[in-house]
Amino acid sequence: MKALHEIRPGARARLTRFVGGDRSFHRRLMELGFLPGTSVRLVRCVAVGDLVELEVRGSHISLRRSEASELRFELEG
Amino acid sequence: MKHAVPAARSGSKLPVVAIAGNPNTGKTTVFNRLTGSDRKVGNYPGVTVERHTGRLDLPSGRAIEIVDVPGTYSLSARSREEEIAIQAVAGLAPLEPPDAVVLVVDATQLSRNLYIVLQVLELEVPLVVALNMMDSLVARNEEIDVARLSRDLGVPVVPMSGSQGTGFEELAAQIERVLADPQVGTPGSRWIPVTEALSADVSAVSSKLPREWTRSSASRERALALWALLSLDESDEWAGIPDELRAIVIERRVLAQAADRHIDLEVIRGRYGWIDARIDTFVKRKGPIAKSLSESIDAVLLNPVAGFAIFLVLMAIVFQALFSWTDPLMQLIEGGFDSLSGVISSVLPSGLFQQFVTGGVIAGFGSIVVFLPQILLLFLFIGLLEDTGYMARVAFLMDRSMRMLGLHGRAFVPMLSGYACAVPAILATRTMERQRDRTLTMMVIPLMTCSARLPVYTLVIGALFPAGVLLGFVPTQGLLMIGMYLFSTLMAFVAAAVLSRTLFKATAVPLILELPPYRYPHWPSVLRMMIQRSKAFLFQAGGVILVISIVLWALLTFPRDATLETRIATARAVVATQSGSPEEIAGRQVSAEDELRAEVLRSSYAGRLGHAIEPVIAPLGFDWKIGIGLIGAFAAREVFVSTMGVVYGVGDSVDEESTTLRAKIKDETRTNGSRVYTPLVGLSLMIFFALACQCMSTLAAVYRETKSWGWPVFLFVYMTVLAWVASFAVYQGGRALGFE
Repeated sequence: MKALHEIRPGARARLTRFVGGDRSFHRRLMELGFLPGTSVRLVRCVAVGDLVELEVRGSHISLRRSEASELRFELEG
Repeated sequence: MKHAVPAARSGSKLPVVAIAGNPNTGKTTVFNRLTGSDRKVGNYPGVTVERHTGRLDLPSGRAIEIVDVPGTYSLSARSREEEIAIQAVAGLAPLEPPDAVVLVVDATQLSRNLYIVLQVLELEVPLVVALNMMDSLVARNEEIDVARLSRDLGVPVVPMSGSQGTGFEELAAQIERVLADPQVGTPGSRWIPVTEALSADVSAVSSKLPREWTRSSASRERALALWALLSLDESDEWAGIPDELRAIVIERRVLAQAADRHIDLEVIRGRYGWIDARIDTFVKRKGPIAKSLSESIDAVLLNPVAGFAIFLVLMAIVFQALFSWTDPLMQLIEGGFDSLSGVISSVLPSGLFQQFVTGGVIAGFGSIVVFLPQILLLFLFIGLLEDTGYMARVAFLMDRSMRMLGLHGRAFVPMLSGYACAVPAILATRTMERQRDRTLTMMVIPLMTCSARLPVYTLVIGALFPAGVLLGFVPTQGLLMIGMYLFSTLMAFVAAAVLSRTLFKATAVPLILELPPYRYPHWPSVLRMMIQRSKAFLFQAGGVILVISIVLWALLTFPRDATLETRIATARAVVATQSGSPEEIAGRQVSAEDELRAEVLRSSYAGRLGHAIEPVIAPLGFDWKIGIGLIGAFAAREVFVSTMGVVYGVGDSVDEESTTLRAKIKDETRTNGSRVYTPLVGLSLMIFFALACQCMSTLAAVYRETKSWGWPVFLFVYMTVLAWVASFAVYQGGRALGFE
């Protein structure tokens, strides 16, 4: 199981689970399609904004790096 | 009688159709095209979320009311705006249920957009799906089987393009069809909770749902039970939820957790399960996956170096445009109102009424209209930034820096605009979704050095600080001006940091920022927003500005000296008998008149008020004449210059470059012979102007945007107190250090 910072930008990974307890944050991510088992692509990490950009189901969603650390992945392929 | 508040719909007998959907689906463009020009902006009851409504004549000639509902990704809320959207779509109190819902769906992101479609289907609200952005599918090598989508969803699906204007007749026809026969749009839920455990949760919660929600429909009952299970908990912010309903939800969630179940995941997976099983039959791939153009653009625009440089250049253009490009137009407007005053003066008999019309009413209107060039231009930029999708990138790039100040990333553009003028900047806070972010930004913007402060700084620096150079090349006067900019920026940052951690303390909401694909701006929508924002300012803030202008005029005019005009005539006549060239005589006549007018102003209510506040402002180094200037400057900061011109008897047509006014200020002495204006007093005065909320239009704009008097009052009080304390510290501190 990998945290986001262990994934190389451009790589795909399968979301496995959420850790931590912010229910409404996790719920909204799931509603946007971030369901365990879903394939997610790490589009970029930007140091300037401290944000990461993820692609899920064809849409591009940005999260703060610290907050995105609540997501766990396993590498694909 | 709090619950007697009428629901938003009462009074209109027309069927109501709510337009809803995910953000960035072109929902507002669809709304604008459907409703044409007949539109209104109101507020949802009890909140400051704007409610846009319009009228649509259906093909049969029947009229309906269309409501533009705030964008939301789902029916569980993360903000007040989303709560409103949910109430408006689901028909939860205090909002009445709509007669039908049109969900605008982005065809290029069908999978995610179908999620909310399924939720609305569960609620049994008659539904039409507007499948927007069909034109963008071609470039993506995709095609959507609309017939199949419509069949599987069980509701009418209208393929369309809001920006190209296609599909609108069909959309109107389908709305009409669903209104005529609601069954066409209410096929019922597409999926059912699969596990027994979840079904048990649903039935347990169903029994505690209020009757008026479920309207005795079994499937609506199930839908709302699912909604409650997903939305409620110990810390949700929903108002008007029966205690027993929340209690049962909490109980079921505890039970589920004990059994190692995850209710949210089960429900959301249930819906996505339905979507995932069918999405490949809806969306057909016609060719290879096209490389996303937006992603290539973002590779540059979100690049830490190039992207940031481009961002700074863009923002510099916005600022430069606001700051200087609008200037000729503003001068034209000011000149126009001046000429109008001139014409009125020559038509009306001279006297009190003439002065009221020119000095009170026309000047008041002038000070409203003069904001229009900046408002229009700023909303042109904001419209373009929003429509192209770049505004989301601004939030992306600025999130970290703005978050340190407790502000939203999108607060950057309004804050920057504040350097030109706080009024358009405050209106621009609309670009943020959450009320908390908007209000906080509004409380900080007026601290930025707006252009109205510059005449005051120029006057003070020019009169009291010698021109010179530091280190051989740095002009001291310019350095002082830059210092004032830095000071105000620093104070704005401090205020933001303090306010966001105290009064606006909020539990940190994790950021979920969608980066929508770049799109060409839709000009009619941009134009419409420019006009709409300007109209809202003119009619809602304008009234307040007009009233305060008239009050200020009255303060500076009354009590009237009825003999003034005769005294001026006498003085002129006396001067005329003296010896001298005609030019000298004319000059002396003007001085004599200015002297008399100064005398009247000093004895006016504003003059007396200046005296009355002298004990308060004396510790800052100000005398009562400066007090009059401060009162006059409430109309707008630059009015300080002309008010001081009248006070010192050099006429009201002086500007900040006037050498006579500067000389007067330099030579002004107290009764003990010491100079009133020392460099220390000048510094104290500039600090006061930097921090005090000396601007009625700013307060009127805050009133317009918050729909409350509380915030403008708070803004005025905190800034004035801050200004007083800072000026006090500078003046008294300076004296303690031995400066005069």
